Amino acid sequence: MSITIGAGIHPGPRKDLKVAAALGRRRRRMDAIVRILGLVAMLVGLAFLASILLTLAYRGSEAMGLSIFTRVTAPPGSEGGLLNPIVGSLIQAALGTAIGTPVGMLVGTYLAEYARGSKFGNLVRFVSDILLSAPSILIGLFVYTILVMPFGGFSGWAGVAALAIIVIPVVVRTTEDMLSLIPNTLREAVIGLGAPKWKMIVFVCWKSAMSGIITGILLAVARVAGETAPLLFTSLGNNAWSVDLTKPMASLPVTIYAYAGSPFEDWIGLAWAGALLITLGVLGLNILARSVLRGRK
Amino acid sequence: MPNEHIVRSYDEELRRLRDMVARMGGLAERQVAEATRALVRRDTDLATAVIGRDTQIDALEREVEAYCVRLLALRQPMAADLRVIIAAMKASNDLERIGDYASNAAKRAVVLASLPAIGSLAGFERMAQLVQENLKAAMDAFVNNDAEAARRVWEADEPVDAIYNGIFRELLTFMMEDPRNITAATHMLFIAKNLERIGDHTTNIAERIYYAVLGDNITEERPKADQSAYAVVRPAGG
Amino acid sequence: MSTTAETTETATKGFGGVQARSGAAINASRISIRNLEFFYGDNRALKGIDFEIPDRQVTGMIGPSGCGKSTLLRVLNRMYSLYPGQRATGEVLLDGENVIAPDADLNALRAKVGMVFQKPTPFPMTIYENIAFGIRLHEKLSKSQMDERIEWALTRAAIWDEVKDRLDASALGLSGGQQQRLCIARTIAVRPEVILFDEPTSALDPISTLKIEELIDELKRDFTLVIVTHNMQQAARCADQVAFFYLGELIEVAPAVQMFTAPKHAKTQEYITGRFG
Repeated sequence: MSITIGAGIHPGPRKDLKVAAALGRRRRRMDAIVRILGLVAMLVGLAFLASILLTLAYRGSEAMGLSIFTRVTAPPGSEGGLLNPIVGSLIQAALGTAIGTPVGMLVGTYLAEYARGSKFGNLVRFVSDILLSAPSILIGLFVYTILVMPFGGFSGWAGVAALAIIVIPVVVRTTEDMLSLIPNTLREAVIGLGAPKWKMIVFVCWKSAMSGIITGILLAVARVAGETAPLLFTSLGNNAWSVDLTKPMASLPVTIYAYAGSPFEDWIGLAWAGALLITLGVLGLNILARSVLRGRK
Repeated sequence: MPNEHIVRSYDEELRRLRDMVARMGGLAERQVAEATRALVRRDTDLATAVIGRDTQIDALEREVEAYCVRLLALRQPMAADLRVIIAAMKASNDLERIGDYASNAAKRAVVLASLPAIGSLAGFERMAQLVQENLKAAMDAFVNNDAEAARRVWEADEPVDAIYNGIFRELLTFMMEDPRNITAATHMLFIAKNLERIGDHTTNIAERIYYAVLGDNITEERPKADQSAYAVVRPAGG
Repeated sequence: MSTTAETTETATKGFGGVQARSGAAINASRISIRNLEFFYGDNRALKGIDFEIPDRQVTGMIGPSGCGKSTLLRVLNRMYSLYPGQRATGEVLLDGENVIAPDADLNALRAKVGMVFQKPTPFPMTIYENIAFGIRLHEKLSKSQMDERIEWALTRAAIWDEVKDRLDASALGLSGGQQQRLCIARTIAVRPEVILFDEPTSALDPISTLKIEELIDELKRDFTLVIVTHNMQQAARCADQVAFFYLGELIEVAPAVQMFTAPKHAKTQEYITGRFG
């Protein structure tokens, strides 16, 4: 009763409408400034991105042609293609993913379902996160030290191993994140029926998290498809046609790296075409990943 | 109930219900007192006023009942609250009956005022006073949520019955002495019976209050002194 | 039929039926809880609970949040064993076996003591597979036996008519109330003896709630039911016996009618009439 000094039921002095209007104007002015700054920053960023993509599309499509997919790499001036790097990239990325995914999924599952809050689990998660952000050249060097040097030479297998190591932490992270999103009551519901834990994980948890995990795998594939550094030290590259994993193997990123730095017009053109191919591939995988994620929601 | 409801308006509504019943009790008490006074003083005006006021008690009963229904529907009362509401509903019923008896006594007082007086009316005054005290105590017990007080009211009905028995015998004697007394004596007998019934309704109210407070019924047999049924002939095995 | 005879009977016996529904008659005990204590780490959440759960009746557990009622429910099917650091001492006897003994067969126990949760928990499978999943854990049935059992469970859970034409559709497409009844069907498909309900209607609308309550009333003919609820009216509507918990202690157990008309304990009285604190 004693606090109602001002208007009506509210305490304090009566609201001054002029002050309120002035405060409102200031608020709107600040809002406009921040908005313009944001817009400018976005336009600068987009301009760079657009110029990259446009240059890539222009230069890439100039050199693009059916012969890229039918001919192997050849010396300058002899009308080579990119068949062996394309196939090599596909083989290495596919095998790397095939090996890295199950390992990553199992580790992620361990972290989410068995090691929640445990010290060892935290350690594993920490190491995996470091691996996730480690420079890929380090991974290349590591595989070089343990697989290339002792076994006497570069090989496709070494490349596969390097890519698998890159895939693992990505899949670990997404698997754990996706499993953590599952409400505990769903787990309890499965356990409450008298199911053992492994059935709970395989038939219910994985199933619930599947779309998220697949998205993670696709993003991992997209990432390894563009990796150059780890392959330089492992599969090296091969100018001849070879699908033998025990021999050095060609790959698109390494070929782009080699050709783009060369003085020959036709090699540089091929490098652009290869870059365009990888970009389109990564773009396609990203779109696919997004649609998988949305399809389940 | 020591604590208050989390919803304060509910507390207020329950308090209002108790007040309504108490007000009704006060009115009933006044009706009993004035009907008796009209009888003793042969005051027809007062008796007519009592008769006229009966509709007020009836209206109050309807009001209490509607309020109880409202509380039941909107608050879904439980436990002690539920018991209080039920007790209020039943008590208002008893009070309405008490009002009817008082009004009936007043009607007879009007008739009696035109007839020659017989005997003493001291027993009536005493009985009315006891009944009134009990009724007042019952209403206090209700407002204060006091089970012990309710129990005392319940036990205090015994002297009322005893006085009633005395009046019954006395009036019987008058009628036997002189048949011309029969009209007046019969009316007086009914008034005495009315007062006795008012006492019974008061014990009903006391029982409801006891239940409302403790959740238990008074289990023992009530001391019952009304022996008038057997005043002339005691049936075999009675 | 002579009305006089009936009237006389009523006069001598009273309205016997009304008395029976008043819940005064509590069945023989199915689960006996003796001196149960429960710990979350060092925190004692249940203190010396002694409690009988009657066979084929509904026991309601009420009390403010954190009073231990849900904890007790999760002791009955050993759900707490999922989490390290949670432990119980004392005895919980179901058919003469101590449920909380370290060597108890948990999967067998959970087949016997089913549970329905606060939020519906349909598995990411078809409606048919949701029910079949639990059955396959414990029994090997032929296709026709399985179909029969699934129809039986869905019928008992009062949802068969709504889903019989779309058993192959995902269970995630059902409404909340339907999902909850599906979960009840999934639980009874395993043919448990006891079913635990942990606030089964708190996420549902009033009509779905009433359907679940009707179902509970129907199920108690065959199952021993325990329901935790925050809704006192729900406990009053469903339960035969009601237990009131406060700060980890069992304050009062009584037949529902007594609990909601004349509870003995002052704390119960205050909670039930909404005067806490």
